[in-house]
Order: sequence, then C-alpha cells, then structure tokens
Amino acid sequence: MDYGRSERPAGAAPLPTAIKILIAGGFGVGKTTLVGAVSETRPLRTEEVLTETGIGIDDLSGVEEKTTTTVAMDFGRITLSDDLVLYLFGTPGQDRFWFVWDELALGAIGAVVLADTRRLADCFPSIDYFEGRGTPFVVAVNCFEGAKQYRLDEVQGALDLDPDVPVVLCDARERETVKEVLITLLEYAMKLREERRRAAGAD
Amino acid sequence: MTGQGEPAEHEWVDDHAGPVVRPYAVTGGRARPVTGTFDLISLVTATRAEVASESGLGPEHVAIVGLCQRIQSVAEIAAHLDLPVGTVRVLLGDLAARSLVQVREPRATPAGLPDDSVFEAVINGLRAL
Repeated sequence: MDYGRSERPAGAAPLPTAIKILIAGGFGVGKTTLVGAVSETRPLRTEEVLTETGIGIDDLSGVEEKTTTTVAMDFGRITLSDDLVLYLFGTPGQDRFWFVWDELALGAIGAVVLADTRRLADCFPSIDYFEGRGTPFVVAVNCFEGAKQYRLDEVQGALDLDPDVPVVLCDARERETVKEVLITLLEYAMKLREERRRAAGAD
Repeated sequence: MTGQGEPAEHEWVDDHAGPVVRPYAVTGGRARPVTGTFDLISLVTATRAEVASESGLGPEHVAIVGLCQRIQSVAEIAAHLDLPVGTVRVLLGDLAARSLVQVREPRATPAGLPDDSVFEAVINGLRAL
C-alpha cells in the first residue's frame, strides 16, 4: 500500500486532480486483467450496496424487508504526478445496474470497450451506452490465444461503429499495450472535444 | 470436503461468512452524508495525524483518518476498509463536518470534464510510466 509520490504530510499542499477512465466489455473479457496490467496496486474491489433507503429516505424503519443488491467494481490507480492521479474502473455487469454506470460515467474522460472476437456481441450494450451518452470510447480487441484473428476493419464493420472510433489490438495482460490503448483513447477524446468545440462555434 | 485439521464445512469464517454488519449499521442507520457528495474519485486527506476515539466517532471514522494520512479516493477507502461506498460516504460526511478530512471533488469545469492541459498531462504521464 505504498503510493510513493502521492505521500505527503496530512493537510499540506493542495490535493491532486483525480480523473477516471472506464473499462467496459462483456463478462470474462479481461477487464480486471487490463486494470491490473497498469495499476500501481493490485486491482481493488469496491462495492455499492443498493437498497431502497438510498433513495430519498434517511430512515431504516422497515429496511429488514427490503432487498439489497451488491454491485462490485474493480479498479486500479496510476499516480501520474504529484498533481494527477488516474483511476481505471471496470464497469459492473452489463444490462443491469445502469444507474451505477451513470455514476461511473459522470466526469469520466472516456472509456475502453474491451472486445473478444469470439463473443463480439458481448460488447454491444457497452457501445450503445457510450454512444448514447456521448462518452468518447475506443474498442480494444483483446488478443486471446487460439482466437481467430480478424482484421480491425472487420471488427469495426461487425460492430457498426462510427468510422472515427479507434479500434486497436491489445493484450490485456501486457502493460505496454494497455498504455497504448489508454493513450489512443486520450488522443481521440481530445480530438472529439476540439471537433465539438468547433461545431459549437460554427452555430 | 474438508481436509485434516480444516474447519468443519459448516463453520463459516471470514469472507465465507458474508457481511456481518448490515451496510448502514455502522452509520447509525443514516444512508446519506450530512455534507458533501463524495464521488468515487473524490480525493481525501486527513487534516490530523490521529483522532481520539472518544470524540464521538466510531472505530470506522478513526480507521478512515488513519488510512487518509496518505491521499485516498473514496473508492480506495471503501475497498481498504471493506465497507460499501454508501457507508463510507456517510462516515466521510461526519469527518468533513468536523474538518477532520479535506476533500477534493474531481470536476474541474462546469461541463464536468478536466481541461485540455489535463489530457496532455495524462498522455505524457502514461508515456513516462
């Protein structure tokens, strides 16, 4: 639990800026593996316990009759400088818990949708979600051993992506390729911002 | 099922026992913090080296102050203390109301996103890893 550069006396100096990137994709596609490949700590797990009491009521009377659901999220941390900390959050299971996704996506600078070419349809819900929200995302095809290799343009076509959305190959276990995926996402997100700014200015 | 010397299979211990404390028991039943919103990546640092447990705070509050001698996000606090995020938010609200922790919320611009210089800094930081 040594965070090196982030250590400083309590209460001194301004706190760093924290930013987050989401790692989405189907079950078992390697989201936590990807997080672990670049995180400075082993991936941590945090849980949201969802009960009806969380909504507008500050009172537990009768709570024993309410059901609770636990949504787990794995995440990692990369301390980039004294002023900047990047968090990578693996999104919880798709098709459920969209409101947890909404909380995660709020303020996220972008998302990586991890895809397995053997089960490409598994990442459709993530892509739909980020397209709908306008969250910049890239598709990273995790190269599983033994999986048939497809060309990236074939994947792009199969996913019916906007031609501008980057599709890249990666090995979720390999730090260097994961770094490249994240850099691709950030460059794409910056480009999108610039385009949106220009479009807004042209109105 | 169990080997020699292993606990009997019906003896649930540690993780197998499931949550021992209901999620809001440690907050005295409160589901929302008294102050603050506490995003998952809000960063928290303690303003004191330690707090006395007799000051009306529970052991979880004291544990958070101990943990936040180093900067931690809300998500990290929850993970390290093995408490649900909602519970940690309530506890942090108590600590913030007493100025025992300093919190930085992540949103840098009204649009909710950091400015371009942050993007560039992240790219440079990743390249340098």
